Amino acid sequence: MPKVIYVSAKGDAREVDVPVGTTVMAAALKNGIDGIVAECGGVCMCSTCHVFVDENFFGRLPPAQDTEEAVLEIAAEERRPTSRLSCQIKVTDELDGLTVRLPERQR
Amino acid sequence: MGAGTVIIGTGQAGFQTAASLRSEGYEEPIILIGEEPQIPYQRPPLSKGFPLGQQDFESIQLRPERFYQDHRIDLLAGKKVTAIGRDKKQIRLESGARIPYQKLVLAVGARNRKLGVEGAALEGVLYLRSLEEAIALKDRLQSSREIVVIGGGFIGLEIAAVARTLGKSVTVLEALPRLMSRVVAPVISNFFRDLHTSRGVKIVCDAQVLEISGENGRAQNVKLQDGTAYPADLVIVGIGVVPNVELAQAAGVKVANGVVVNEFLETNDADVFAIGDCAEHPCIFASARVRLESVQNAADQAQRVATTIAGRRSSYRALPWFWSDQFDIKLQMAGISQGHDRIVTRGDAESHKLSVFYFKGERLVAIDSINRPLDHMIGRKLIAGGAPLTPEEAADESVDLRKLEHEMAQRRTEPASS
Repeated sequence: MPKVIYVSAKGDAREVDVPVGTTVMAAALKNGIDGIVAECGGVCMCSTCHVFVDENFFGRLPPAQDTEEAVLEIAAEERRPTSRLSCQIKVTDELDGLTVRLPERQR
Repeated sequence: MGAGTVIIGTGQAGFQTAASLRSEGYEEPIILIGEEPQIPYQRPPLSKGFPLGQQDFESIQLRPERFYQDHRIDLLAGKKVTAIGRDKKQIRLESGARIPYQKLVLAVGARNRKLGVEGAALEGVLYLRSLEEAIALKDRLQSSREIVVIGGGFIGLEIAAVARTLGKSVTVLEALPRLMSRVVAPVISNFFRDLHTSRGVKIVCDAQVLEISGENGRAQNVKLQDGTAYPADLVIVGIGVVPNVELAQAAGVKVANGVVVNEFLETNDADVFAIGDCAEHPCIFASARVRLESVQNAADQAQRVATTIAGRRSSYRALPWFWSDQFDIKLQMAGISQGHDRIVTRGDAESHKLSVFYFKGERLVAIDSINRPLDHMIGRKLIAGGAPLTPEEAADESVDLRKLEHEMAQRRTEPASS
């Protein structure tokens, strides 16, 4: 099973096994990762599952759709070049080791 | 069980209050009590992905069960609160047990408005709000062929889209002249009427339901006052909700169209708060007292109450926003359009890319968007920041809203010099 590594704003890393097809957001909630709020439940209406994707992985993700791009505009912590919404990232075998950093605040 | 904060209601508002209290550093006991037997879950998918089978219960839980233990939240699911004793600061459960509180949060929500016509109690007339009702509806959808939806609001139209996607014959009966008329402009109503019609849903407006007739206790026909009848083996009623105010009222907490709260979300008892679907609050964006039924309202009010209980009292000022998914179209709404006196559009319905800007005098008060997500998201900032956007600029596609928003944000951070 692919692994996803969540790095908190303070720098603490946690590695989680994630079934293929699960989103990075859903896996965070299931595994008790603080720092992902997921207020709207993963439908691109809020920005509270914002993550910074590790540069080595960012280019391997399917590009963000317009709805996601728009939501990143309202992120509580300003977006960066590798910003994504974790509800829109589905884990695949190719993404094994995917590392995401959590912003300091989501609301 | 010790005092601390007692939260009544395990919906999104109740859940978020408990979660936010802990993330705000609150150390006292937290008791989260609700009548529903399940752990807190999201309601929006119940009229969308859940009946389509795209989401199951596990995927709509707000947090897994472990979360509550990990955060020392005492979750009492399936428990009914029968009274609030404000003098002794305790609540009473149906079992007779009493639980003391220092702070009490009423996140008791709303219940479905019942259809008041003959035959409304027949078997095969269903409502949708709780998981239990959603499971029954999903089950019933499988075995039904002809479905009549009473009510052309968000819930009615979302479930109509689901039923049609499942291949059913679907008719929507709306009492008013157009769909979702309480909240959106005619151009949006018409867009969704055309969308549903093009997918094979029959939309009937100005439809006054007279009665539901049936045989052997089962619904078979929905009859209108004008004499027309629509055969149905399943009738789904989505005609709005009524706030659950009775518990508060019996305890001497002031109620109107909901539990009345001030800008701090406090009731007339400063140790008792009300939030979410049940709370009538002063809304700076509506310039009126409103009661809103939405995820945003529930979550943001919960966050605000948690901050106040944790010792940093501040007023509630979040911008309302909403969404609705019907077929493959997402309607995004920012602000409160009620009381507007002018609308302008950006984009057009033909291209399925359309935003409607609502103005009250000079002030931009709301934006509804279809397939123009940037209008919606930037629009939230523009409305919240009181942007000096004119109707002419709103209608002019060459005016870059993002640039306007950046300029507005910059002006805010610069010291006022003139």
